[in-house]
Amino acid sequence: MTSDLAISVSGLRKSYPDKTAVDGLDLTVARGEIFALLGPNGAGKTTTVEILEGFRTRDAGTVDVLGVDPADAPLSWRTRVGVVLQGTGEFDELKVGEVVRHFARFYPEPADPVSVIEQVGLADKADARTHTLSGGQKRRLDVALGIVNRPELLFLDEPTTGFDPAARREFWELIRGLRESGTTILLTTHYLEEAEELADRVGVIAAGRMLEVATPASLGGRNTASATVTWRAPDGSLGSERTDSPTAVVQRLSAEFGGEVPELVVHRPTLEDVYLKMIGAQS
Amino acid sequence: MTSLALAQGQIEIKQFVRTRESLVFTLVFPAIILLIFGAIFSGDINGISFKQYFAAGMIASGLMSSGFQNLAIMIPIERDRGVLKRYRSTPMPKWVFFAGKIIQVGVIGFFATAILLVIGMFYGLNPPSSAAKWFTLVWVWALGLTACTLLGIAFSAAARTGRSGPAVVTPIALILQFISGVFFPFTELPHWMQQIAAIFPLKWMCQGMRAAFLPDSFAASEPAGSFELGKVALILGVWCVVGLLASLRFFRWTTKRDG
Repeated sequence: MTSDLAISVSGLRKSYPDKTAVDGLDLTVARGEIFALLGPNGAGKTTTVEILEGFRTRDAGTVDVLGVDPADAPLSWRTRVGVVLQGTGEFDELKVGEVVRHFARFYPEPADPVSVIEQVGLADKADARTHTLSGGQKRRLDVALGIVNRPELLFLDEPTTGFDPAARREFWELIRGLRESGTTILLTTHYLEEAEELADRVGVIAAGRMLEVATPASLGGRNTASATVTWRAPDGSLGSERTDSPTAVVQRLSAEFGGEVPELVVHRPTLEDVYLKMIGAQS
Repeated sequence: MTSLALAQGQIEIKQFVRTRESLVFTLVFPAIILLIFGAIFSGDINGISFKQYFAAGMIASGLMSSGFQNLAIMIPIERDRGVLKRYRSTPMPKWVFFAGKIIQVGVIGFFATAILLVIGMFYGLNPPSSAAKWFTLVWVWALGLTACTLLGIAFSAAARTGRSGPAVVTPIALILQFISGVFFPFTELPHWMQQIAAIFPLKWMCQGMRAAFLPDSFAASEPAGSFELGKVALILGVWCVVGLLASLRFFRWTTKRDG
Protein backbone atom coordinates (compact mmCIF):
# COMPACT_ATOMS: atom_id res chain seq x y z
CA MET A 1 0.00 0.00 0.00
CA THR A 2 1.34 3.41 -0.86
CA SER A 3 1.79 5.71 2.09
CA ASP A 4 0.12 8.71 0.44
CA LEU A 5 -3.22 6.92 0.78
CA ALA A 6 -4.97 7.12 4.14
CA ILE A 7 -7.74 4.73 3.08
CA SER A 8 -7.74 2.12 0.36
CA VAL A 9 -10.70 -0.21 -0.16
CA SER A 10 -11.39 -2.59 -3.00
CA GLY A 11 -14.17 -5.06 -3.65
CA LEU A 12 -15.73 -4.51 -0.23
CA ARG A 13 -18.77 -6.67 0.44
CA LYS A 14 -21.02 -7.02 3.45
CA SER A 15 -24.36 -8.84 3.65
CA TYR A 16 -26.83 -9.03 6.49
CA PRO A 17 -29.36 -11.82 6.72
CA ASP A 18 -32.03 -9.68 5.10
CA LYS A 19 -30.02 -7.60 2.62
CA THR A 20 -26.73 -6.85 0.93
CA ALA A 21 -25.49 -3.60 2.44
CA VAL A 22 -22.20 -3.19 0.56
CA ASP A 23 -21.80 -4.79 -2.83
CA GLY A 24 -18.30 -4.53 -4.27
CA LEU A 25 -17.31 -1.05 -3.18
CA ASP A 26 -14.00 0.62 -4.08
CA LEU A 27 -12.67 3.73 -2.39
CA THR A 28 -9.40 5.56 -1.95
CA VAL A 29 -8.80 8.61 0.19
CA ALA A 30 -5.51 10.47 -0.01
CA ARG A 31 -3.73 11.78 3.07
CA GLY A 32 -4.82 15.30 3.92
CA GLU A 33 -7.95 14.97 1.84
CA ILE A 34 -11.54 15.57 2.92
CA PHE A 35 -13.71 12.97 1.26
CA ALA A 36 -17.50 13.05 1.53
CA LEU A 37 -19.64 9.96 1.07
CA LEU A 38 -23.11 10.82 -0.20
CA GLY A 39 -26.01 8.49 -0.64
CA PRO A 40 -29.59 7.85 0.41
CA ASN A 41 -30.49 6.12 3.67
CA GLY A 42 -29.68 2.43 3.49
CA ALA A 43 -27.14 2.93 0.69
CA GLY A 44 -24.39 1.35 2.78
CA LYS A 45 -22.56 4.48 3.98
CA THR A 46 -22.56 3.69 7.68
CA THR A 47 -21.81 0.01 7.13
CA THR A 48 -18.81 0.99 5.01
CA VAL A 49 -17.59 3.55 7.51
CA GLU A 50 -18.00 1.18 10.45
CA ILE A 51 -16.02 -1.51 8.64
CA LEU A 52 -13.26 1.06 8.15
CA GLU A 53 -13.49 1.98 11.84
CA GLY A 54 -13.08 -1.67 12.83
CA PHE A 55 -16.56 -2.01 14.36
CA ARG A 56 -17.96 -4.43 11.81
CA THR A 57 -16.66 -7.46 10.01
CA ARG A 58 -16.71 -7.75 6.23
CA ASP A 59 -17.53 -10.63 3.95
CA ALA A 60 -15.05 -9.87 1.18
CA GLY A 61 -12.63 -7.28 -0.15
CA THR A 62 -9.42 -5.67 1.02
CA VAL A 63 -9.40 -2.74 3.42
CA ASP A 64 -6.39 -0.68 4.38
CA VAL A 65 -6.69 2.21 6.82
CA LEU A 66 -3.45 4.01 7.69
CA GLY A 67 -1.54 0.93 6.57
CA VAL A 68 -3.53 -1.44 8.79
CA ASP A 69 -6.44 -3.80 8.23
CA PRO A 70 -9.05 -2.55 10.73
CA ALA A 71 -10.39 -6.10 11.19
CA ASP A 72 -7.27 -7.00 13.17
CA ALA A 73 -5.85 -3.64 14.08
CA PRO A 74 -3.77 -3.34 17.25
CA LEU A 75 -5.02 -0.98 19.97
CA SER A 76 -2.24 1.46 19.07
CA TRP A 77 -3.97 2.01 15.69
CA ARG A 78 -6.84 3.62 17.57
CA THR A 79 -4.54 6.38 18.82
CA ARG A 80 -4.20 7.50 15.18
CA VAL A 81 -7.87 7.34 14.26
CA GLY A 82 -10.69 9.58 15.46
CA VAL A 83 -14.26 8.37 15.33
CA VAL A 84 -17.51 10.33 15.44
CA LEU A 85 -20.23 7.69 15.27
CA GLN A 86 -23.64 8.25 13.75
CA GLY A 87 -25.60 8.05 16.99
CA THR A 88 -25.04 10.49 19.80
CA GLY A 89 -23.18 9.24 22.86
CA GLU A 90 -25.09 9.80 26.10
CA PHE A 91 -22.83 10.20 29.10
CA ASP A 92 -25.76 11.23 31.21
CA GLU A 93 -24.68 12.53 34.61
CA LEU A 94 -21.04 13.22 33.75
CA LYS A 95 -19.92 16.75 32.95
CA VAL A 96 -18.61 17.76 29.52
CA GLY A 97 -15.18 18.55 30.94
CA GLU A 98 -15.03 15.27 32.84
CA VAL A 99 -15.85 13.20 29.77
CA VAL A 100 -13.31 14.94 27.52
CA ARG A 101 -10.58 14.83 30.18
CA HIS A 102 -11.32 11.16 30.79
CA PHE A 103 -11.09 10.23 27.12
CA ALA A 104 -7.88 12.24 26.75
CA ARG A 105 -6.31 9.87 29.28
CA PHE A 106 -6.59 6.96 26.88
CA TYR A 107 -4.10 8.50 24.45
CA PRO A 108 -0.33 8.95 24.71
CA GLU A 109 -0.27 12.47 23.24
CA PRO A 110 -3.74 13.96 23.54
CA ALA A 111 -4.74 17.51 22.75
CA ASP A 112 -5.41 19.81 25.69
CA PRO A 113 -8.98 18.99 26.76
CA VAL A 114 -9.73 22.63 27.55
CA SER A 115 -8.78 23.79 24.07
CA VAL A 116 -10.66 20.90 22.45
CA ILE A 117 -13.81 21.89 24.33
CA GLU A 118 -13.28 25.45 23.16
CA GLN A 119 -12.64 24.32 19.59
CA VAL A 120 -16.02 22.56 19.40
CA GLY A 121 -17.75 25.56 20.95
CA LEU A 122 -18.69 24.05 24.30
CA ALA A 123 -16.48 26.27 26.49
CA ASP A 124 -19.45 27.69 28.39
CA LYS A 125 -20.86 24.18 28.85
CA ALA A 126 -17.71 22.57 30.23
CA ASP A 127 -19.26 22.17 33.68
CA ALA A 128 -22.70 21.15 32.45
CA ARG A 129 -23.94 17.60 32.91
CA THR A 130 -24.09 16.03 29.48
CA HIS A 131 -27.79 15.13 29.72
CA THR A 132 -28.61 18.84 29.89
CA LEU A 133 -27.03 19.51 26.48
CA SER A 134 -29.12 20.08 23.36
CA GLY A 135 -28.90 17.59 20.49
CA GLY A 136 -26.43 19.76 18.60
CA GLN A 137 -24.30 20.28 21.72
CA LYS A 138 -24.17 16.53 22.38
CA ARG A 139 -22.98 16.11 18.82
CA ARG A 140 -20.19 18.62 19.46
CA LEU A 141 -19.15 16.59 22.46
CA ASP A 142 -18.95 13.56 20.15
CA VAL A 143 -16.70 15.57 17.87
CA ALA A 144 -14.56 16.62 20.83
CA LEU A 145 -14.05 12.94 21.72
CA GLY A 146 -13.21 12.23 18.07
CA ILE A 147 -10.43 14.83 17.91
CA VAL A 148 -9.04 14.77 21.46
CA ASN A 149 -6.38 12.28 20.30
CA ARG A 150 -5.27 14.60 17.47
CA PRO A 151 -6.01 11.87 14.90
CA GLU A 152 -4.30 11.49 11.54
CA LEU A 153 -7.62 10.31 10.17
CA LEU A 154 -11.05 11.37 11.37
CA PHE A 155 -14.32 9.58 10.57
CA LEU A 156 -17.42 11.77 10.75
CA ASP A 157 -20.69 9.90 10.28
CA GLU A 158 -23.43 12.49 9.68
CA PRO A 159 -21.80 14.90 12.11
CA THR A 160 -24.15 17.88 11.74
CA THR A 161 -27.56 16.19 11.93
CA GLY A 162 -29.68 18.33 14.22
CA PHE A 163 -27.52 21.46 13.91
CA ASP A 164 -29.08 24.82 13.23
CA PRO A 165 -27.59 26.70 10.24
CA ALA A 166 -25.33 28.88 12.38
CA ALA A 167 -23.98 25.87 14.29
CA ARG A 168 -23.39 24.07 11.01
CA ARG A 169 -21.28 26.94 9.72
CA GLU A 170 -19.26 27.01 12.92
CA PHE A 171 -18.73 23.28 12.54
CA TRP A 172 -17.46 23.74 8.99
CA GLU A 173 -14.90 26.22 10.29
CA LEU A 174 -13.75 23.60 12.79
CA ILE A 175 -13.35 21.02 10.01
CA ARG A 176 -11.42 23.48 7.83
CA GLY A 177 -9.13 24.09 10.77
CA LEU A 178 -8.49 20.36 11.07
CA ARG A 179 -7.75 20.15 7.36
CA GLU A 180 -5.17 22.91 7.71
CA SER A 181 -3.45 20.90 10.42
CA GLY A 182 -3.23 17.97 7.98
CA THR A 183 -6.02 15.73 9.26
CA THR A 184 -7.54 13.38 6.70
CA ILE A 185 -11.32 13.30 6.99
CA LEU A 186 -13.91 10.83 5.75
CA LEU A 187 -17.33 12.37 6.10
CA THR A 188 -20.80 11.05 5.43
CA THR A 189 -23.60 13.55 5.12
CA HIS A 190 -27.09 14.15 3.82
CA TYR A 191 -26.38 17.84 3.34
CA LEU A 192 -25.07 18.44 -0.16
CA GLU A 193 -24.19 21.99 0.78
CA GLU A 194 -21.93 20.54 3.45
CA ALA A 195 -20.18 18.25 0.98
CA GLU A 196 -19.74 21.15 -1.43
CA GLU A 197 -18.32 23.43 1.29
CA LEU A 198 -15.90 20.93 2.78
CA ALA A 199 -15.01 18.08 0.48
CA ASP A 200 -12.12 17.86 -1.93
CA ARG A 201 -13.87 14.89 -3.50
CA VAL A 202 -17.27 13.33 -3.11
CA GLY A 203 -18.36 9.75 -3.74
CA VAL A 204 -21.97 8.84 -4.36
CA ILE A 205 -23.09 5.45 -3.01
CA ALA A 206 -26.35 3.74 -3.88
CA ALA A 207 -27.31 0.12 -3.17
CA GLY A 208 -23.86 -0.61 -1.77
CA ARG A 209 -21.96 0.48 -4.87
CA MET A 210 -19.92 3.57 -5.68
CA LEU A 211 -21.64 5.31 -8.58
CA GLU A 212 -19.15 8.08 -9.11
CA VAL A 213 -16.24 9.82 -7.44
CA ALA A 214 -15.46 13.39 -8.46
CA THR A 215 -14.83 16.88 -7.13
CA PRO A 216 -18.03 18.56 -5.97
CA ALA A 217 -17.78 20.97 -8.91
CA SER A 218 -17.50 18.27 -11.55
CA LEU A 219 -19.79 15.52 -10.20
CA GLY A 220 -22.13 14.20 -12.85
CA GLY A 221 -20.52 16.43 -15.49
CA ARG A 222 -21.83 19.49 -13.68
CA ASN A 223 -18.97 21.70 -14.84
CA THR A 224 -19.61 21.00 -18.51
CA ALA A 225 -23.39 20.69 -18.40
CA SER A 226 -25.53 23.21 -20.26
CA ALA A 227 -26.37 26.37 -18.40
CA THR A 228 -29.67 28.16 -18.36
CA VAL A 229 -29.67 31.93 -18.72
CA THR A 230 -32.82 33.80 -17.67
CA TRP A 231 -33.65 37.50 -17.75
CA ARG A 232 -36.62 39.92 -17.77
CA ALA A 233 -37.53 40.94 -21.33
CA PRO A 234 -38.63 44.54 -22.13
CA ASP A 235 -42.26 43.36 -22.58
CA GLY A 236 -42.24 42.09 -18.95
CA SER A 237 -42.08 38.39 -19.83
CA LEU A 238 -39.32 36.06 -18.59
CA GLY A 239 -36.71 35.18 -21.19
CA SER A 240 -34.84 31.91 -20.94
CA GLU A 241 -32.18 30.17 -23.00
CA ARG A 242 -30.38 26.88 -22.52
CA THR A 243 -26.83 27.05 -23.80
CA ASP A 244 -23.35 25.55 -23.71
CA SER A 245 -21.79 29.01 -24.01
CA PRO A 246 -23.54 31.23 -21.45
CA THR A 247 -20.88 33.93 -21.59
CA ALA A 248 -21.65 34.58 -25.23
CA VAL A 249 -25.40 34.74 -24.46
CA VAL A 250 -24.81 37.24 -21.67
CA GLN A 251 -22.62 39.39 -23.95
CA ARG A 252 -25.34 39.39 -26.61
CA LEU A 253 -28.03 40.30 -24.06
CA SER A 254 -25.84 43.02 -22.60
CA ALA A 255 -25.45 44.51 -26.07
CA GLU A 256 -29.22 44.30 -26.68
CA PHE A 257 -30.07 46.00 -23.37
CA GLY A 258 -27.19 48.47 -23.72
CA GLY A 259 -25.60 47.47 -20.36
CA GLU A 260 -27.33 45.87 -17.41
CA VAL A 261 -29.56 42.87 -18.11
CA PRO A 262 -32.62 42.98 -15.79
CA GLU A 263 -32.90 40.04 -13.35
CA LEU A 264 -30.03 38.15 -15.02
CA VAL A 265 -29.44 34.60 -13.71
CA VAL A 266 -27.01 32.03 -15.07
CA HIS A 267 -27.99 28.70 -13.62
CA ARG A 268 -25.90 25.50 -13.76
CA PRO A 269 -27.09 22.23 -12.22
CA THR A 270 -26.47 22.31 -8.47
CA LEU A 271 -24.78 19.44 -6.68
CA GLU A 272 -28.24 18.53 -5.45
CA ASP A 273 -29.60 18.44 -9.02
CA VAL A 274 -26.93 16.03 -10.24
CA TYR A 275 -27.05 13.97 -7.06
CA LEU A 276 -30.81 13.50 -7.21
CA LYS A 277 -30.54 12.61 -10.87
CA MET A 278 -27.85 10.03 -10.14
CA ILE A 279 -29.65 8.26 -7.32
CA GLY A 280 -32.97 8.66 -9.14
CA ALA A 281 -31.53 6.75 -12.10
CA GLN A 282 -30.59 3.99 -9.67
CA SER A 283 -33.96 3.33 -8.15
CA MET B 1 -2.15 1.35 33.21
CA THR B 2 -3.14 0.98 36.86
CA SER B 3 -3.78 4.71 37.01
CA LEU B 4 -6.03 4.35 33.98
CA ALA B 5 -8.04 1.66 35.77
CA LEU B 6 -8.32 3.85 38.86
CA ALA B 7 -9.47 6.78 36.75
CA GLN B 8 -12.03 4.52 35.10
CA GLY B 9 -13.20 3.40 38.54
CA GLN B 10 -13.47 7.00 39.67
CA ILE B 11 -15.60 8.01 36.70
CA GLU B 12 -17.83 4.96 37.23
CA ILE B 13 -18.36 5.89 40.88
CA LYS B 14 -19.14 9.50 39.93
CA GLN B 15 -21.65 8.29 37.38
CA PHE B 16 -23.27 5.96 39.91
CA VAL B 17 -23.55 8.46 42.73
CA ARG B 18 -25.07 11.08 40.45
CA THR B 19 -27.64 8.71 38.96
CA ARG B 20 -30.54 8.82 41.36
CA GLU B 21 -32.14 5.60 40.08
CA SER B 22 -29.07 3.45 40.69
CA LEU B 23 -28.47 5.05 44.06
CA VAL B 24 -32.05 4.43 45.13
CA PHE B 25 -32.37 0.88 43.81
CA THR B 26 -28.95 -0.34 44.88
CA LEU B 27 -28.45 1.32 48.25
CA VAL B 28 -31.64 2.93 49.51
CA PHE B 29 -34.14 0.24 48.55
CA PRO B 30 -32.47 -2.68 50.44
CA ALA B 31 -32.07 -0.37 53.46
CA ILE B 32 -35.79 0.46 53.45
CA ILE B 33 -36.72 -3.21 53.04
CA LEU B 34 -34.56 -4.08 56.03
CA LEU B 35 -36.01 -1.20 58.02
CA ILE B 36 -39.65 -2.11 57.30
CA PHE B 37 -39.54 -5.90 57.38
CA GLY B 38 -37.18 -5.82 60.33
CA ALA B 39 -39.87 -3.94 62.24
CA ILE B 40 -42.56 -6.40 61.13
CA PHE B 41 -40.83 -9.75 61.51
CA SER B 42 -40.89 -11.42 64.91
CA GLY B 43 -40.19 -14.81 66.38
CA ASP B 44 -37.10 -16.84 67.21
CA ILE B 45 -35.12 -19.60 65.60
CA ASN B 46 -33.14 -21.56 68.18
CA GLY B 47 -32.84 -18.56 70.50
CA ILE B 48 -31.85 -16.14 67.72
CA SER B 49 -34.44 -13.53 66.79
CA PHE B 50 -35.54 -13.77 63.15
CA LYS B 51 -34.76 -10.04 62.82
CA GLN B 52 -31.05 -10.89 63.13
CA TYR B 53 -31.36 -13.79 60.70
CA PHE B 54 -33.13 -11.49 58.24
CA ALA B 55 -30.52 -8.72 58.62
CA ALA B 56 -27.70 -11.16 57.78
CA GLY B 57 -29.66 -12.24 54.70
CA MET B 58 -30.22 -8.63 53.65
CA ILE B 59 -26.49 -7.97 53.84
CA ALA B 60 -26.03 -10.83 51.35
CA SER B 61 -28.85 -9.37 49.21
CA GLY B 62 -27.13 -5.98 49.31
CA LEU B 63 -24.10 -7.58 47.66
CA MET B 64 -26.28 -9.14 44.98
CA SER B 65 -27.88 -5.75 44.38
CA SER B 66 -24.48 -3.95 44.20
CA GLY B 67 -22.92 -6.47 41.83
CA PHE B 68 -25.52 -8.35 39.89
CA GLN B 69 -28.51 -6.01 39.61
CA ASN B 70 -26.43 -2.86 39.28
CA LEU B 71 -24.29 -4.13 36.39
CA ALA B 72 -26.90 -6.25 34.64
CA ILE B 73 -29.14 -3.16 34.47
CA MET B 74 -26.60 -0.37 33.89
CA ILE B 75 -24.40 -1.99 31.24
CA PRO B 76 -27.26 -2.48 28.72
CA ILE B 77 -28.25 1.16 29.25
CA GLU B 78 -24.69 2.28 28.56
CA ARG B 79 -24.56 0.02 25.54
CA ASP B 80 -27.79 1.58 24.24
CA ARG B 81 -26.46 5.07 24.80
CA GLY B 82 -23.34 4.36 22.75
CA VAL B 83 -21.02 4.76 25.73
CA LEU B 84 -19.47 1.31 25.33
CA LYS B 85 -18.92 1.80 21.61
CA ARG B 86 -17.15 5.07 22.31
CA TYR B 87 -14.80 3.32 24.74
CA ARG B 88 -14.13 0.72 22.04
CA SER B 89 -13.13 3.48 19.63
CA THR B 90 -10.25 4.41 21.94
CA PRO B 91 -7.05 2.45 22.62
CA MET B 92 -8.28 1.73 26.16
CA PRO B 93 -7.56 -1.96 26.86
CA LYS B 94 -10.82 -3.84 27.42
CA TRP B 95 -9.84 -4.95 30.92
CA VAL B 96 -9.69 -1.32 32.06
CA PHE B 97 -13.42 -0.99 31.49
CA PHE B 98 -14.10 -4.07 33.63
CA ALA B 99 -11.61 -2.94 36.25
CA GLY B 100 -13.56 0.31 36.48
CA LYS B 101 -16.79 -1.60 37.02
CA ILE B 102 -15.15 -3.83 39.65
CA ILE B 103 -13.82 -0.82 41.54
CA GLN B 104 -17.27 0.78 41.39
CA VAL B 105 -18.97 -2.38 42.66
CA GLY B 106 -16.40 -2.79 45.43
CA VAL B 107 -17.04 0.70 46.75
CA ILE B 108 -20.83 0.40 46.46
CA GLY B 109 -20.74 -3.05 48.04
CA PHE B 110 -18.75 -1.67 50.97
CA PHE B 111 -21.31 1.06 51.60
CA ALA B 112 -24.24 -1.32 51.10
CA THR B 113 -22.83 -3.65 53.75
CA ALA B 114 -22.01 -0.80 56.12
CA ILE B 115 -25.49 0.75 55.84
CA LEU B 116 -27.30 -2.58 56.24
CA LEU B 117 -25.09 -3.55 59.19
CA VAL B 118 -25.85 -0.30 60.98
CA ILE B 119 -29.61 -0.73 60.44
CA GLY B 120 -29.30 -4.40 61.40
CA MET B 121 -27.69 -3.40 64.68
CA PHE B 122 -30.95 -1.69 65.65
CA TYR B 123 -32.55 -5.10 65.26
CA GLY B 124 -30.01 -6.82 67.45
CA LEU B 125 -27.46 -7.87 64.83
CA ASN B 126 -23.94 -7.70 66.26
CA PRO B 127 -20.73 -7.19 64.31
CA PRO B 128 -18.65 -10.38 64.03
CA SER B 129 -17.62 -11.38 67.55
CA SER B 130 -14.18 -12.83 66.86
CA ALA B 131 -11.25 -12.50 64.50
CA ALA B 132 -12.27 -15.79 62.89
CA LYS B 133 -15.77 -14.47 62.24
CA TRP B 134 -14.38 -11.21 60.81
CA PHE B 135 -12.27 -13.34 58.51
CA THR B 136 -15.40 -15.25 57.45
CA LEU B 137 -17.17 -11.96 56.75
CA VAL B 138 -14.29 -10.68 54.63
CA TRP B 139 -13.94 -13.71 52.40
CA VAL B 140 -17.66 -14.39 52.00
CA TRP B 141 -18.10 -10.71 51.16
CA ALA B 142 -15.29 -10.67 48.62
CA LEU B 143 -16.11 -14.00 47.01
CA GLY B 144 -19.86 -13.35 46.93
CA LEU B 145 -19.41 -9.87 45.48
CA THR B 146 -16.98 -11.17 42.86
CA ALA B 147 -19.44 -13.87 41.78
CA CYS B 148 -22.27 -11.31 41.58
CA THR B 149 -20.10 -8.85 39.63
CA LEU B 150 -19.03 -11.41 37.05
CA LEU B 151 -22.58 -12.73 36.72
CA GLY B 152 -23.87 -9.16 36.34
CA ILE B 153 -21.38 -8.51 33.52
CA ALA B 154 -22.32 -11.80 31.86
CA PHE B 155 -26.03 -11.15 32.31
CA SER B 156 -25.78 -7.70 30.74
CA ALA B 157 -25.83 -9.53 27.42
CA ALA B 158 -29.31 -10.91 28.19
CA ALA B 159 -31.11 -7.56 27.99
CA ARG B 160 -31.51 -6.60 24.35
CA THR B 161 -32.18 -2.96 25.13
CA GLY B 162 -31.43 -0.73 28.09
CA ARG B 163 -35.10 -0.48 28.90
CA SER B 164 -35.65 -4.23 29.11
CA GLY B 165 -32.82 -4.69 31.64
CA PRO B 166 -34.82 -4.18 34.86
CA ALA B 167 -37.64 -6.42 33.55
CA VAL B 168 -35.17 -9.28 33.04
CA VAL B 169 -33.07 -8.77 36.14
CA THR B 170 -35.40 -7.65 38.93
CA PRO B 171 -37.65 -10.76 38.97
CA ILE B 172 -34.60 -13.03 39.13
CA ALA B 173 -33.20 -11.14 42.09
CA LEU B 174 -36.54 -11.07 43.86
CA ILE B 175 -37.26 -14.77 43.39
CA LEU B 176 -33.77 -15.68 44.57
CA GLN B 177 -34.34 -13.61 47.70
CA PHE B 178 -37.57 -15.47 48.45
CA ILE B 179 -36.17 -18.97 47.92
CA SER B 180 -32.72 -18.41 49.42
CA GLY B 181 -33.78 -17.74 53.00
CA VAL B 182 -33.74 -13.95 53.09
CA PHE B 183 -37.40 -13.23 53.87
CA PHE B 184 -38.24 -16.63 55.38
CA PRO B 185 -36.14 -19.05 57.43
CA PHE B 186 -34.50 -21.31 54.87
CA THR B 187 -35.31 -24.48 56.80
CA GLU B 188 -39.02 -23.68 56.70
CA LEU B 189 -39.12 -23.61 52.89
CA PRO B 190 -40.37 -26.68 50.99
CA HIS B 191 -37.61 -29.17 50.35
CA TRP B 192 -37.74 -28.80 46.56
CA MET B 193 -37.43 -25.04 46.88
CA GLN B 194 -34.38 -25.43 49.08
CA GLN B 195 -32.81 -27.66 46.46
CA ILE B 196 -33.37 -25.15 43.69
CA ALA B 197 -32.00 -22.32 45.84
CA ALA B 198 -28.91 -24.39 46.62
CA ILE B 199 -27.90 -24.19 42.97
CA PHE B 200 -27.60 -20.39 43.10
CA PRO B 201 -25.09 -18.19 44.92
CA LEU B 202 -27.44 -16.15 47.11
CA LYS B 203 -28.38 -19.06 49.39
CA TRP B 204 -24.69 -19.67 50.10
CA MET B 205 -23.92 -15.99 50.58
CA CYS B 206 -26.72 -15.80 53.17
CA GLN B 207 -25.40 -18.86 54.92
CA GLY B 208 -21.87 -17.43 54.94
CA MET B 209 -23.16 -14.15 56.35
CA ARG B 210 -25.00 -16.00 59.11
CA ALA B 211 -21.73 -17.77 59.94
CA ALA B 212 -20.09 -14.36 60.28
CA PHE B 213 -22.82 -12.59 62.25
CA LEU B 214 -24.72 -15.22 64.26
CA PRO B 215 -23.31 -17.20 67.20
CA ASP B 216 -21.65 -20.55 66.47
CA SER B 217 -24.47 -22.29 68.32
CA PHE B 218 -26.81 -21.30 65.50
CA ALA B 219 -25.00 -23.69 63.16
CA ALA B 220 -27.21 -26.47 64.52
CA SER B 221 -30.25 -24.73 62.98
CA GLU B 222 -28.79 -24.70 59.47
CA PRO B 223 -30.10 -27.37 57.07
CA ALA B 224 -26.90 -29.44 57.33
CA GLY B 225 -26.40 -28.76 61.04
CA SER B 226 -23.37 -26.63 60.23
CA PHE B 227 -22.55 -23.42 58.29
CA GLU B 228 -20.78 -25.56 55.66
CA LEU B 229 -18.20 -22.84 54.99
CA GLY B 230 -16.15 -25.15 52.76
CA LYS B 231 -19.18 -25.68 50.55
CA VAL B 232 -19.96 -21.92 50.59
CA ALA B 233 -16.46 -21.21 49.28
CA LEU B 234 -16.63 -23.98 46.71
CA ILE B 235 -20.01 -23.02 45.24
CA LEU B 236 -19.28 -19.28 45.16
CA GLY B 237 -15.94 -20.10 43.56
CA VAL B 238 -17.66 -22.18 40.88
CA TRP B 239 -20.07 -19.29 40.18
CA CYS B 240 -17.10 -16.94 39.80
CA VAL B 241 -15.68 -19.25 37.12
CA VAL B 242 -19.08 -19.59 35.42
CA GLY B 243 -19.54 -15.80 35.49
CA LEU B 244 -16.07 -15.20 34.08
CA LEU B 245 -16.47 -17.70 31.25
CA ALA B 246 -19.97 -16.44 30.40
CA SER B 247 -18.71 -12.82 30.41
CA LEU B 248 -15.89 -13.70 28.03
CA ARG B 249 -18.30 -15.58 25.80
CA PHE B 250 -21.36 -13.32 25.76
CA PHE B 251 -20.32 -9.74 26.59
CA ARG B 252 -21.29 -7.29 23.84
CA TRP B 253 -19.95 -3.78 23.28
CA THR B 254 -22.49 -2.95 20.61
CA THR B 255 -26.22 -3.43 20.26
CA LYS B 256 -27.76 -6.11 18.02
CA ARG B 257 -28.81 -3.59 15.41
CA ASP B 258 -25.16 -2.56 15.14
CA GLY B 259 -24.57 -5.85 13.33
